[in-house]
Amino acid sequence: MQKNLKTKTIVILAFLVVSIYGIFGLPHGVSGTALKDALLQRINLGLDLKGGTHLVLQVMVDEAVSSATDSDVGALQADLQQNGVTGAVVSKPDPNRPEVIQISGVSTDHTADASSILNSRYSGNYDITPGVNGTWTMTMKPTAISQIKQSALDKSIDVIRTRIDSFGVKEPTIEPYQLGSYQILVELPGIDDLGRIKDAIQSTARLETHEVMGGPWPDRQTALQAVGGAVPPDAELLESIPGASSEGSTAEWYELKKIPIWGGTDIRDAQPGHNPNTNEPEVDFTLTAAAGDKFGDYTRNNIGKNMAIVLDNRVREVAVIKGVIRDQGNIAGGGITEQYAKDLSMLLRTGALPASIHFLQETTVGPSLGSDSIHQGVVASIAGMLAVMAFMLIYYRGAGVNADLALFLNLVILLGFMGYTGATLTLPGIAGVILTIGMGVDSNVLIFERIREELRAGKSPAAAVDQGFAHAITTIIDTHVTTIVSAAILFIFGTGPVKGFAVTLTFGLIANFFTSVFVSRVIFDALLSRKLHGEPISI
Amino acid sequence: MELFHDVKIDWLGKKWYFLGFSLIFSTAGLISLFFWHGLPLDVDFRGGTVVRVKFAEKPNIDRIRDAADKAGLRDSRITQYGPASNDEVLITLSLKETSEAALDQGRATIVQTLDQNYSTTGPQNQGKLDIDNVSRSALVSWLQQKDPEHLGADSDAAQTRYQQQADAVLHYRDDLHSGLVASVDNLHGLVDPAVFTALQQGAYVSGFHFQGAEIVGAQVGKQLQKQAILATLYSLAGMLVYLWFRFELIYGVAAVIACFHDTLITIGAFSLRNQEISLTVIAAILTLVGYSMNDTIVVFDRIRENLRLSRREPLDSLVNRSINQTLSRTVLTSGLTFLTVLSLYVFGGEVLRGFSFALVIGILIGTYSSIAIAAPMLVAYQDWRAQRGKAAALPAAKKARV
Repeated sequence: MQKNLKTKTIVILAFLVVSIYGIFGLPHGVSGTALKDALLQRINLGLDLKGGTHLVLQVMVDEAVSSATDSDVGALQADLQQNGVTGAVVSKPDPNRPEVIQISGVSTDHTADASSILNSRYSGNYDITPGVNGTWTMTMKPTAISQIKQSALDKSIDVIRTRIDSFGVKEPTIEPYQLGSYQILVELPGIDDLGRIKDAIQSTARLETHEVMGGPWPDRQTALQAVGGAVPPDAELLESIPGASSEGSTAEWYELKKIPIWGGTDIRDAQPGHNPNTNEPEVDFTLTAAAGDKFGDYTRNNIGKNMAIVLDNRVREVAVIKGVIRDQGNIAGGGITEQYAKDLSMLLRTGALPASIHFLQETTVGPSLGSDSIHQGVVASIAGMLAVMAFMLIYYRGAGVNADLALFLNLVILLGFMGYTGATLTLPGIAGVILTIGMGVDSNVLIFERIREELRAGKSPAAAVDQGFAHAITTIIDTHVTTIVSAAILFIFGTGPVKGFAVTLTFGLIANFFTSVFVSRVIFDALLSRKLHGEPISI
Repeated sequence: MELFHDVKIDWLGKKWYFLGFSLIFSTAGLISLFFWHGLPLDVDFRGGTVVRVKFAEKPNIDRIRDAADKAGLRDSRITQYGPASNDEVLITLSLKETSEAALDQGRATIVQTLDQNYSTTGPQNQGKLDIDNVSRSALVSWLQQKDPEHLGADSDAAQTRYQQQADAVLHYRDDLHSGLVASVDNLHGLVDPAVFTALQQGAYVSGFHFQGAEIVGAQVGKQLQKQAILATLYSLAGMLVYLWFRFELIYGVAAVIACFHDTLITIGAFSLRNQEISLTVIAAILTLVGYSMNDTIVVFDRIRENLRLSRREPLDSLVNRSINQTLSRTVLTSGLTFLTVLSLYVFGGEVLRGFSFALVIGILIGTYSSIAIAAPMLVAYQDWRAQRGKAAALPAAKKARV
């Protein structure tokens, strides 16, 4: 009995030491500030306690699908052309259904050729349905669509992560947001003023050049009328910034060919620079070799025509092709500042976002708010704990000391768990700790009440303690399991702060099971072993 | 010390009082839900913008509203946040004014208009740095640009030094003074003399501090509502199944009805006080549902144990006896949990106010319902079965007994 007790005591002390290490690590001193620093290093604080910004972003994945079908339209047109199928019109008839492509106008003698091209090269991703009179309808397969959408989400996360890294944010979180479809969760600790970061996240930074087919017109209405009332399927109408075509021009509208000459991923590098003549800030970009070749060919064959440089769907510059341009270019004018040139180069280097990003939710916690919350949480915990401890001492006397020791150990082990697992402590999490104190001491009450009952029935103290623990244990398991299951549901369905609550509640109850059943028992046994047989215990 | 020695209260005899009490509160809650305050939802469920601002002096609500109107925010609601001594205000913009295209437009407008139209220091501070609202990175950049210690604007030494200085200022502002600096002069001694002079010349204090904001588009609000409803349904279903498993169906039904009653009264209380329900409040309610069920199980356990031991005792007196036997444990455990939850309500601050309110009401009502609703329901069921001439015994175990 004595040896058993020793082993058990050692086990308990081991838990205590290990937990304290989990909470503090190895502090460099024992002063208040040294301990506080060590604590904050180990325990991971949530945004609501640390201060920072929490964002939910929506990736407009339909745009990615639309881009994919756009480039397929271009490729198909080129294929048909190369194989001598003239007069074919490839278009996307319905803007609300970007996954549908229509082919029409194929003459009867080319039908076979067209059909074989379609089936051999496009049937992998599309369901091809022939229609009457040389028409076909191609609908992208659902698997292909979801693949595009998923990779748009993944690529967006990568691009956003790279951009945020360049701002030096410490330990940001960027991950898919489980509660919605194709949404991204971003958490930026310590940032309470989004400013430039917001632009960096949202800017698609898609830089392209397009052939200019018509314009400039003063507004969209006039432009629309000039192209015959409706936008042709292979073109788009875009607005330019003031000063795009010449110094002092206003914002105008142009008709541009939809498929760009080069764009997006064709950019290899971008750096902020200065105009050699005017010393004004500009962005110098370099294309990839392949894009450079394509561009070189295009400019060689189209000298004298107009081309437009488009950034994020606004025309930035319209210029006449004067000679062969290969892979160097720049973006200038339009009031670029040094800062803007730096930011834009960074955005172009990290790559364009495959689809645009909409902000769905933004929660900001200022640092003073975080400090206040921690302070209030700690005060509430201490007040609650003292109240409970005092009551146990008054009501259960000697056994109350037992319960209070177990309670204290409970708290230490709970915090130790938090330190070791790196789980995040949020404000509701602190509330969970407080709730654990209250619910935890219930287990002790159960046991002690049963012990009192057994003592009343005339049993000896040792037997009463034994029976007390034995009978109470099933109820303790019951209550703990049901509350932990509740917490599990909250964890699955909840967002950040609620998850923090579920975590501390669960850890607290697990720790409590250990302390109220094992530790309390050991303390009782130790006490009983010092008493004579039958000598009453204080309860 | 012992509070509940040999209690012999006739609980079932008082069941009409209990029923009356429950009816009054449920009806009050329902009336408020349907006809008065409705279901007050917090911004994370209903969408919109909420900006929290702390003022150096008591905030003048009318002037704030004036400032908001000047900025074109017609549909704003300005409420005091927390105790009056906090001098904090919540500025709420409806969902209409929160467009997903420019989600934080409302927030930016509010900060700007307060600066221009409310701040006591006026337009002579155009272009100066507002110490009360500057972020760490902005302060460091400002110091680097001004470079009062002539360390070279872009050098690493400059950056480290100015970061240190900025941290000192922000520690004073945020950790010690809840975000507000009374005057730039108070920073004397916290920073190097050169930096202090630069701040005196180029910075001011606007008298308000932007504490935080929550901006929720319509889509996220709806998503969260769906999550909350799913979580609640799963919890209740899980409970019903668990109780059915452990006891008989009637026990499960009685316990679930008691939990329903608890939830209804709690939500009714929120509606009566016009306290907003957020996701953390739903978490509190679900936790209490679990807690209330535990309580009910304790009573049911004892009823079942007594049924096995004494077959002839009339059900009324058996249930009374069971409740009396478990009273000590029930009141003590609830009381202790209530103590901790009360401490949370009193000391825990405004952010957790809804959460702690739900727990305070919930624990009281949860304990009450195990005794006053669940137990009488068992007896009522058994009486109803007896009236219809069926077997008189309440099912105590899985095996049928006649």
